Parts: sequence; C-alpha cells; structure tokens
Amino acid sequence: MLKINNLHAGVEGNEILKGINLEVNAGEIHAIMGPNGSGKSTLASVIAGKEEFEVTEGNVLLDGQDLEDSAPEDRAHKGIFMSFQYPVEIPGVSVTNFMKTAINESRKARGLEDMPANQMLKLIREKAELLEIDRKFLSRSLNEGFSGGEKKRNEIFQMAMLEPKLAILDETDSGLDIDALRIVANGVNKLKSKDNAVIIITHYQRLLDYIVPDYVHVLHEGKIVKSGTKELAHELEAKGYDWIKNGAVV
Amino acid sequence: MAYTEEELKKELETKEYEYGFYTDIESDTLPVGLNEDIVVAISKKKEEPSWMTDWRLKAFKAWKEMEEPEWANVTYQKPDFQAISYYSAPNSKPKYDSLDEVDPELLDTFKKLGISLDEQKKLTGVAVDIVIDSVSVATTFKKTLAEKGIIFCSISEAIKEHPELVQKYIGSVVPQKDNFYAALNSAVFSDGSFCYIPKGVRCPMELSTYFRINQAGTGQFERTLVIADEGSYVSYLEGCTAPSRDENQLHAAVVELIALDGSEIKYSTVQNWFPGDKNGKGGVFNFVTKRGICEKNAKISWTQVETGSAITWKYPSCILKGDNSIGEFYSIAVTNNYQQADTGTKMVHLGKNTRSTIISKGISAGKSQNSYRGLVQVSSRAENARNFSQCDSLLMGNECGAHTFPYIEVKNKTAQIEHEATTSKIGEDQIFYCNQRGINTEKAIALIVNGFSKEVLNKLPMEFAVEAQKLLEISLEGSVG
Repeated sequence: MLKINNLHAGVEGNEILKGINLEVNAGEIHAIMGPNGSGKSTLASVIAGKEEFEVTEGNVLLDGQDLEDSAPEDRAHKGIFMSFQYPVEIPGVSVTNFMKTAINESRKARGLEDMPANQMLKLIREKAELLEIDRKFLSRSLNEGFSGGEKKRNEIFQMAMLEPKLAILDETDSGLDIDALRIVANGVNKLKSKDNAVIIITHYQRLLDYIVPDYVHVLHEGKIVKSGTKELAHELEAKGYDWIKNGAVV
Repeated sequence: MAYTEEELKKELETKEYEYGFYTDIESDTLPVGLNEDIVVAISKKKEEPSWMTDWRLKAFKAWKEMEEPEWANVTYQKPDFQAISYYSAPNSKPKYDSLDEVDPELLDTFKKLGISLDEQKKLTGVAVDIVIDSVSVATTFKKTLAEKGIIFCSISEAIKEHPELVQKYIGSVVPQKDNFYAALNSAVFSDGSFCYIPKGVRCPMELSTYFRINQAGTGQFERTLVIADEGSYVSYLEGCTAPSRDENQLHAAVVELIALDGSEIKYSTVQNWFPGDKNGKGGVFNFVTKRGICEKNAKISWTQVETGSAITWKYPSCILKGDNSIGEFYSIAVTNNYQQADTGTKMVHLGKNTRSTIISKGISAGKSQNSYRGLVQVSSRAENARNFSQCDSLLMGNECGAHTFPYIEVKNKTAQIEHEATTSKIGEDQIFYCNQRGINTEKAIALIVNGFSKEVLNKLPMEFAVEAQKLLEISLEGSVG
C-alpha cells in the first residue's frame, strides 16, 4: 500500500529525514518509535504532504502512485489520514459541521453527491458511540477548549468518520489518561481491517499494549536504524533509547 | 493544490468582481452637476409636493456651507460633486403589476445575481421592492401587507400617498444638516423605501429591498424611512450588488428608523457594492448615515454584512431615548485588495435602564484597511445603562490592517460598560489541518471565516444568512497568509 524509498526531506535546507525506507501493506500495523527529534513527526507530515517540508530525494508511493505532486487534500481523498499531535482550534465551526464538510469534499473529489443528511446523522451517531463521545461534544467548536484527551479522541472520531486506507497516528497517546487511552485504542482496533493499514508514531511503548503492532521500527537521526516485531518495543522500553543512540545497532 | 504565499497573492489579485457586468437599459438621466435648479428638477420629475421641494432646497443650502469630513481612517480622491448626474431612472416606466411586464434584460440581470424574483416569491414569502437606479420597478405582496394596514412602498410614492407620515418623520432622526453626506442625500435623494407598521401589528413577512447601481456615472442617493408604530414588529432586509465600473461611484444613503413605544425593528443589510479591481481602481464610495430612535421599551437591531465598496463609511446607530429601550449592532465587515472600511456604531443612552450590545467582526485581507469605530455614550440621566461591546478582527496575510477606535463617554456612574477585543490570524496550521481532512484551501478559509462570523450570521434571517455566507466566500476566495 505505502512504499517509501530512500526518502530525504527537510525544512529550509535542514535535512531531517536522511534516507527512509519503509513498506506498509494492507492489513498491517506499524509502529515507529524513536527519541525526541529523531524525525518521527516530520515523517508523518511528509506523508501527509505538509508544504513546509521539502523532499530532496527519494519518494513516497501510495498504491504505486508517486505522491510528490499531490496536494494534502488530494492525499486525504486518496485515503491518507493523519491524527495530529497538536490538533488546531477552529472557533465557531462545530465538530459536526467540520466532519460534514470533510466528508462531502472527499465525496466531491470522487464524483459523488453530498451525503444525504439522514445518512450523515446515522454515521455520526454510530462513530460517536464507538468512541464513547457525548452528543453535546459534537456541537462544540472544533477543539476549542477541549482537554488534551478530548482533542485526541476527536481525532480518532474523525478517522472513524473518514474511514481512511492509511491512518498515521502521530503521538496520539500523549495527553491521554488511561481510560481515554483504552477508548482510543479500542476505536482504532475496531476500525482495523484487512484492507487498511495504521502507522503509529509514538515515543512510549504504552499505546502498543493496546494496539498491537505487526512491526516496530526505530527511527534515529532521520533513519530507521532497527526494525522488528512487537518485542522490539518491549526491548526499547527496558533498555531505553540510549541503547540505539550508542550505536549498538545500525 | 495547496498554496504558497506567492500563489495565494496572485490568485487573490486576479480574483475579479463576480458580479461585474452591466445591463444595457435605456435611462432617463439629468445633466451632470448640482445646483438649485437640479434639486428642483429632481423634485419635479418625482412629482413631489412643494413642501418636499422646500425641504430639499433647505438641505441643499445647508450642504453648500458644509465641508467634507476627514476624520475617518480612509484615504481617497474626493468625488467631484459637479461631475455627477443626480438622477437616473430606467425608461421602462410605468410600474408593473407582474414580472411579465418587466424588461426581460432587467430580469436577466437579477438572474445573474442569483436573485430570482420568482424563486423568492415562492420560497420565502418575501415582499420585494426592487430599486434599480433610483426608481422602483417591481413591487410584490403589496396586497397582503395592505390587509394588515402595513405600508411598504417607494419613498416617492409615500411622499405622494402618505404625506402626513413622511412629513412628520423624515429628517426626525437624521436631520438635513446632520452631516455632509446626509445633507447631500436630503437634497437630491432619488428614491428608496418607505415602511409603516401600524400599532400592534406584527409584519407577517420579511421586507426586502435590493438596491443596485446601474447607470454609468450616476450617484445613487437612497432614502429609507421605517416607522414601527407602538407595539409593532418588522424585519427589514436590504441587500445590494453593483456592476463593475471604471470611475468611482458615490453612494450616500440615509436610513432612518423610528421605533415607537414597545415596538421592534430588525434591520439587516448585506452590502456588496463593487469594491474596485485588484489595483484599487474604481469601486463604490459608500458614505451612509443610518440611525434609529427607540422610544420606551422599543428595540432596534442592526445586522450588517459588508463585503463590498472601495470605501465604506458607515455607523448604523441607535438613540436609546425611551426608558428600557434596547439597541443592538451586529456587524461583519470584510475588506480585500485595496478596500477601506471605517465602520461601527453609536449607541446613545438617554433613557433609564437602556441596554446596548455591539458585536463587530472585521476580516481583512490583501492590502486592505478595516477599522471599527464605535461610540458608547451614556447621558447623565440614563440610570443603569448597560453596554457590552465585542470587537474581533481576523487578518489574512501580512499587508492588511485592522484598527479599533472605541469611544466611551459616560456621565452616569450607575452605567456598566464592557468592552472586549481580539485579533487573530488565519494560520497555516489551521489550513493544513483542513487540507489533511480533504478540505481544500479555499473551502478551508470559507469554513474558518464562517466560524469567525457565526455570531453575526446567526442574527440574520435564514434566507439572508445563506446569501451572506456565499458572499463572504466570494469576497475572500484564495486569500490566506
């Protein structure tokens, strides 16, 4: 599904990603771990197409298609979703209205009519239930005054609504208490199918107790320095990132 | 396609005025220039009684002695008042009873604007009195209104048919010599609307007028007079768009609202005059005087969405004369390219327990300047007056400006005045967030702007809110910083 070849990217001439290779197939969950500043969030942003990052070498393919000239919204229409580490606030725009707009824009890109209102309502109700979201929450302004946990839960709610092919969860566990973590993980697990894939970007192994990855990759100084199965996450947790930093593995 | 700052700027600049077209209708136009003869000629053309002619002449005399005001935060080339023709009426007179009789080209113009009369009649039950170049050409729903004793007609007609009401109230809120442009309007006003709601009557439909400038080089001077008698209610809608033009066009309207004891007037405006091109060439000068007076327990609510005009100079105000009266001002002002807006309100608290609310949302893009200017005045005998003001500014890009000039004059220590102000900027992070959810940049801006403006949009009648939302989107397409 997703294939990243020798990806070099940076911002304003500073190279952050220094040759990433990664392949994610349908039905898989990949975890990308690494110390602060290793380039995890940059990788997520580059896949999502954030303009401020410049790809200097290599490419990102989705279903064999080079994404280089694809705008962020086109990538979204193709099924890429990113759960933000710091979701932005949009005052005056309700969660419902925002989702309605997002869904209909994606439908428009596929040549479909707007989703009928009753269908939209049903979908919203169903997904809100999945993430144990209160109806009142949906009429609040997007992320305005939300707690850290509410913001993250709202991100996964949006993911549930948009049913992406590839979901990238950027530090979704940060700011979550244990209950919220369980709800979010539960949501992600329920949405998982043999046709979609998830990339979890995280600093800690904690979330991986709930969403069990098929593969774990360790990112350090812009490169994947080690790949393995879920045991690698436990090993990292036990030994700390210094184990990687000290060059024990390359 | 996501945007870089440069691309955005480019797109924004090439965004031409959507409604810039011109309808070729034969007009009956007076020679350019202004003197007593012209004032008399206008009055004659309109077959006015002599008291009206005298009233105009008195205004003209006052105007001659006055200086153009310069205190507003706008810069422009002053109009040459002797180079304007002060009267222009479509030739296809007389008035029509049904749309079939109206010039098809005119109807076509309305179609282009998306203002289909047919549609409006069917959908909304709005009575529409359309002013095209100074003379009303279509009036509907008059009969239904007449059954309730409501008078809704052009001001020219009212002068002839209801002289006692016009004579009593015209100039009672905005006197002839109130200010330079009000005086000019008083002398040469061409047409406008008149509305009277009898005692205790609740007007069953939204009253709506569409103004439109349609004759090259003709200033338009509208005069609107709305009188709500004791205990009555009316919601009045006014909206306008204007065709593209090279030279500046002057628009100096006067609107007077009279809310008698226990009555309520809701006055909503969507203004979309031609704002000038991307270089700031052309565009309408909109120097408007709007004021209402509230008697005891009365309420006046001004709601405005201002997206057009090269220069806007406008302060819909409330004189809260009666005890317990209420004034409200809800405004969205959008400026783009080289547009300049200096707009706000005056709330003058004279009566006891008077209350006022001001919610102003300014949105600036391009190289535009957007100023809020508001006065809250509490007189010495206005016990327990209360005011709440909120002024929010939203900036797009780095070359526009937002300014706030709040004036507060309080002479009674029981008054409670609150003022809040915020300034924010549409951020790249907000745009990217929307993009990532599949929402393109234009749509994202529209969403953010609508969210920002929501408190005011919510105050508009439903059908108007939709139109206003569309206008906001058109005015700001592609602009972000």
